[in-house]
Parts: sequence; structure tokens; C-alpha cells
Amino acid sequence: MNHAPENHYDALVVGGGIAGLQAALDLAEQGFRVAVVEEDASVGGKMIRLSKVFPTLDCASCITTPKMAAAAHHPRISLLTYSRLAGLERAGGGFAARIERKARFVDEDQCIGCRQCEYACPVLLPDADQGGFAARKAIYIPFGNAIPQVALREEENCTFCGKCEKVCPTGAVDLLQQPQEISLTAEAVVLATGFRLMTDYPNRAYGPAARQPNLITSLQMERLLAPHGPYMRVLRPSDGKEPDSVAFIQCAGSRDLNLGVPYCSRVCCMYAIKQAMLLSGALPLADLTVYYLDIRAFGKNYEQFFQNAKAMGVEFVKAKPVVVGSTAEGAVRLRYEDQEGGGGGQEREHDLVVMSLAVLPAAELDPTGLGVGLGADGFLGSVSPKLAPPLTDQEGVFAAGTALGPKDIVDTIVEAGAAASQAAAYLAARRAAGRAAA
Amino acid sequence: MGQTPFIEVNQAIVESGGVDLNACMQCGLCAAVCPWREVAGEFLPRLMIRQGQLGLEGYESDDVLFGCTTCNKCVINCPREVDIIGVMRAMRSLVVESGGAPETLKAVLGSCHANGNPWSEPREKRMAWSEGLEVPAFTPDKEHLLFVCCTSCYEQRSQKIARSLVELLNRAGVSYGVLGPEQNCCGESVRKIGDEALFQKLAKANLEMFQAHGVKKIITTSPHCLQTFSRDYPALGGEYQVIHSSQLLAELAAAGRLPLSASDGRKVAYHDPCYLGRHGGVFDPPRAAISACGVQVVELEREKEFSLCCGGGGGRVWMETPPEQRFSLLRVQEAAAAGAQVLATACPYCVSLLEDSRKTAGLEDLRIMEISELLAENLG
Repeated sequence: MNHAPENHYDALVVGGGIAGLQAALDLAEQGFRVAVVEEDASVGGKMIRLSKVFPTLDCASCITTPKMAAAAHHPRISLLTYSRLAGLERAGGGFAARIERKARFVDEDQCIGCRQCEYACPVLLPDADQGGFAARKAIYIPFGNAIPQVALREEENCTFCGKCEKVCPTGAVDLLQQPQEISLTAEAVVLATGFRLMTDYPNRAYGPAARQPNLITSLQMERLLAPHGPYMRVLRPSDGKEPDSVAFIQCAGSRDLNLGVPYCSRVCCMYAIKQAMLLSGALPLADLTVYYLDIRAFGKNYEQFFQNAKAMGVEFVKAKPVVVGSTAEGAVRLRYEDQEGGGGGQEREHDLVVMSLAVLPAAELDPTGLGVGLGADGFLGSVSPKLAPPLTDQEGVFAAGTALGPKDIVDTIVEAGAAASQAAAYLAARRAAGRAAA
Repeated sequence: MGQTPFIEVNQAIVESGGVDLNACMQCGLCAAVCPWREVAGEFLPRLMIRQGQLGLEGYESDDVLFGCTTCNKCVINCPREVDIIGVMRAMRSLVVESGGAPETLKAVLGSCHANGNPWSEPREKRMAWSEGLEVPAFTPDKEHLLFVCCTSCYEQRSQKIARSLVELLNRAGVSYGVLGPEQNCCGESVRKIGDEALFQKLAKANLEMFQAHGVKKIITTSPHCLQTFSRDYPALGGEYQVIHSSQLLAELAAAGRLPLSASDGRKVAYHDPCYLGRHGGVFDPPRAAISACGVQVVELEREKEFSLCCGGGGGRVWMETPPEQRFSLLRVQEAAAAGAQVLATACPYCVSLLEDSRKTAGLEDLRIMEISELLAENLG
């Protein structure tokens, strides 16, 4: 696996999340050679960090890892992880790409993923891949099912004690490794750069009241619910208490003109319902409340999923609450108007509160430098949003997944397939034209 | 609800200026962030808007429709950017035009009509605050018109704000003057109460006065005057620059034009007035002015955009609020709990209500001071 990068590919896929992996696999299966550039140390994107997925409640790891492995082992796919697209130019009818391979300080070819360096490292840091709830070392394998299973060292917090270097059985640790730049050419580009969450929402909306440990993001809740999460069970971050009541705040930033997000983030209703369902299994006695504006259960089997959650006893309250503080016991205090009950202004406390944060375009949405046109929502724009969503305004550049706008995994997979199909048609037409010219 | 919707009410509200009425999606965030939640009050902006949308009865009472303090917290948070205050103002105007204003506000409106001020005081006594002080009259050679809020002209406690300010302006050598009895109430609260015709009359009189005297720059003592001069008057033809006294004082202090001792060691908390902060976006200059006299700044948890309204806007300063429902009471308690010796602010309404609640709470060690007063005390 992990073939050394070559000089030329048919397609360059930017982003190794589920959209990028699916597009790469679909292209490779049709005989095209594909390079995938992923900024993170592992492929898998957001999906590999999820617990289970709606509406099937499949384990996210169980259905993502096969895709990751398939891409890694595919003879026509090269995965360039911990790498970023530093520049792209049109050249000879195709593209010339410059790719920065960031320094892992570990030789990718020599590392066998044994974790001896990780065990030996004395530095403990918050593990972002576990929602910040668990610790990791300064030299580490990103997570259990990361691909590739290659360690990397974080330079900023390393004390240069040298223990990792001594303990490594293959001599892979290279504390002086430098970033490298490689060049390759490709005939087509697929942008699958994904999304980020509006993590500054709590500060903007709640001010000082947002600063409390039991007010968490939806992706943090995914980690609490994941089978290999930070605590292996659902506990409250502040004190490790098993929460007796958990609430979800929907549209936390979405559909908010005031915050510059006029659109619906599309996935939050369903994942909040999913998380509530999973919690009812993990914490059978806990009260579960979803504060919502509308429930948008639009996909196949989604409405039934919502009805099931209601039947399971999840409480749905139509209100947009505001977080006003915390109790001495660490519960999060909310205020809202009891619209449907006619009860006026209410204050309620929940042991743990999850914000379903708005989905925003990734910080490096378009790293090509070609100036791919954006839509009014700030995501990549399509020149044919109805009939050919993956088509961007740049010839030979296609897009898929949440880089084009918020969408769930089902739609992302479909769109990645469509992008691969469009790119394949484009590549085939170029070859036919090339043969005709010859 | 068991009521029959009366859709003509919806149209009437929109025609009266509540153009955003139907943009509301009923999320209720306004009701959640409203300061009335602090004291279990009845006012729920979301419900008021729903009743307006459908033309249902129930919003017209003093505690609901006239409960709004126009603090702007809901407006800056609204996901649909609904001008909730504009909608509320239109709904009030329908009630006020048909003679339904709360009794205390009728007196206020009547006095503005007759005397040009809401305090039922004679127009001629408008300069009573300046007794014994050298306050120049505004003439075309003066740079600034000092527009003293009616409250600081007539209310005894508030007069000290204006007196302190002119002392500072005199010491800094600022070119300014006043226009005295010619001046009318700015009409900000009048408009929020819902008497649009009276507001137009007051604004027109003030604009004619500005024009007649060649006013190019205005200093206001109240953020309420500031907001209506900068947001409402330009649409009626107003052309001038306007600045709040705290902004000017910050500039003067930074330029070294105020001989301040800078040795006031007291612990001072700053209360952001709604009309200066959430309405005007002026957060830093008042803080800079306070810091110029060497005080120890105590941060309140609810500050800047999250500041707690004193309860005096939208006409509420003239309405009776039971002590346990006064936001100002919570505010002085918050300041005292934070260890502040002085609660400084920059609005005559805030000063009046906070002073009142300070007495109610028996907080004898806490002083309520307008920034001008704090700075004047520190003049070397």
C-alpha cells in the first residue's frame, strides 16, 4: 500500500474524506490513476471520527475503514497524507501541482506503526481526535484505525528528549526531517475539501456564559458516543458524572442571517436525533431533549427515524434557547420560551448540552489558486447545480461532497460518484481527442 | 387560542412601519435573550409578534406591548434580522394613535407637546441645570452644539452630569455652546412609545433649530439623543456630525487635554448603556475615558453586547416597575458583588434607575456615576 508518488496521474483528488476517497475509488476502478492529497495525517475525514450514522445506525468506523483501506491498497491510487496542495497551474492542457509534504519527523517508509515511540514519549496533550477529552503524546499514531498507521511528531510541544528516537526499532524517527515539496501532473482535479463547524458560535451567541466544560459540540458528542471514544462510555467532561439529562440546541449558527449563515446545515436534525437515540441506549435513564426550530427529516427513511426517536421518549421542544450560565453542580442553564405549551419564559438545566453547530466551508476550500467560483453560500459553486452538481466553472476541475455545500453521507457518496463519472467522461473525451489528433 | 385571526391588523402594523413583521420565523430566541427573563416578566417578543402577525388580541397591555425597554438584545441576536423594535414601535403606534397609551406615558407625551420635554417642566427652565456655571451660548463660530438631554436639564440628580461635563469641556478648551430653551426633546423615547406624529414634530423643530444656527457638530449627553440624531434624523434631512460625550472625553483624555490626576484608585465597573453599546456599537471609548483617571477596572460578567439593560428605554423610565422586577436592581447587586466601589455609566436614564435601585438595595458603599462625573472628580 501507499505507493510512492509518481510524476503523472489522470486525476488529482484534493481531500481524503469520504467524498475524496469515494471519487478516487470510482475513478481508479475505471482504470484511471489517482493521487489523493490529504492535509490530515490520516485519510477518512470527518466520517471516520463519527460514532454511528443515520438512519441505519451503522458503525461509522466499520463502514469507513473499508473505504480507507480500499483506497490505500488500490494499485492505481496514491495517498499523500499530511500533505497540502501548495499550488496548481494549467500546463499542457492539464495541471501541474506542487504538493507540500509536511514533516512528520518520522520516515513514512520505515515506520511500522508499532507505537513504541508513542509509549516512550513523556508529553501529554489534548487529543483533538477525541474531542479534546483524552490525552495523546507529542509523537503519536493519529488514532486506532488511522490510515496510514504512521506516527507523526508535533514539533510545538516536543521537548526533544530523544526517547522516541532511541526506542524506535526501525530508526524511523527523524527529528530533523524537513518538509518536502513534490511536483506532479494530472489531467483532472476533484475538489473534496469538506467543511468545518462554526466553533466560535458559543462565544458569539452566549458570551461569557459559553465558557463551561459541559457545553460541547456535536462532533465532541460523536466522540463520547464512539465505541473507541475517550471514556468508552458517555460521561460528562467536567467531572466524569454520567449525565442525567442531555439537551441538543439545533440551528446553532445555521439559518442565521445575523451570523452570515442563511442556509440550513442539512445534517444537524438527523444527527441530533441519532445521537439522542444512541444516548437512550447508552444512558437509559437520562432525559433527552432536542430544542429545534423545524425538524427537517427529508431523506429516505429519515422521517421514520424521527418518529422512532419520539416514540423512544426523546422530548422535542420547539424553541431556540440561549445558554445563560451554569449551576454549582456543573449543569448548563438554558432559557427559552415554551411556545407550544404556552408556558412563557422558562429556565432549565441539563447536565450536558450539545450544540448542533453550523456547517461552514473549509478554511482551505479551494487550494488550487485557480479561483474556482463560489456560490452565494460561500461553498464551491456549480455551473449546473441541478443537472451536473460536480461541474465547477474551471475546465477539468470537479467538486464533490460538503465542499459544494452541507450534505449528509448518503448524498456525499452519490455526489462523489457523480464527480468521478464527470471526471472520467472528461478524461475519456480528452484521450479520444488525443487519438484523433494523432 | 380560540380567537379569530384579524389579518387587517397585520397589514396595519406593516403599514405603520413594522415592515419585518412577517419575516419572523418564530424561533423564540428573542424571548430567551430578553432581559425580562431575568425577573420572570410577562413580555415575550415572539408572542407579541405572533399576535401581531395573526391580529390576535392580548398584546396591548402595559406589561406586554409597553414592557419592551428597546434594549436591542433581541434585535442583534435575531436569526432573521427582524427589526423587532421597529415592529414593536409600529404595534404601539396603532394603540397610541387610538388613545391607548399607558396613563403615565400620556403625561410624558403631553408634556413633550406642550413644553418640549417629557418631564412636565416649563420650557423656560431648560437652563436651570447650569446655574452658577459659565456655559456659552451656541453661535456659528462655535465648533460644537452641546445638546443636553431633557433628563439632565430638569432632574436634580441628572443635572450633575451636565454640570460635570461643561466643567470638563471648559477645562479642555473645547469650542462649544448650548441653545437652551429653544431646544426640544430629541424625541427618541417618544418615537419608541409609538407617537410618530409627535416625534416628527419634535425632530422638525430641532432640525430647523440646527439649520438656523448653523450647527455642524453635536455633542449629546445621552446615548438616546445620539441614536436618534444619527439614525432617525438623517432621513428627515439632518446633516451634521454627532458624538456622545463619552467618545469626546476619551479623545480629549488621549490628547492630554484633560488635566486628570490619574490617581483615583477606586474599583470601577462600567455598565454599558444599551443605546451606546448594543445600538451604537460604542464599547471602547467609555472604557478608555474611565481608565484615564487611574481607576481599577472591575469587569462585569454581562458586558458589551451582553450588557444588562437598566430598564429605562422605550418609555419605561416613566413607568412604574415593582422593585423585584427592576433590571437595575440586579445590575447594582452584580456590581457590588464584583467588588466595585463605583458603577460608572454613560446615560442619564441608566444613572437615574441605577441610583434608585442602589438606594432600594441599601448599597451605601456603591456610587453610581456618569463618566463625566467620575472624570470631573479627578480634575487636577
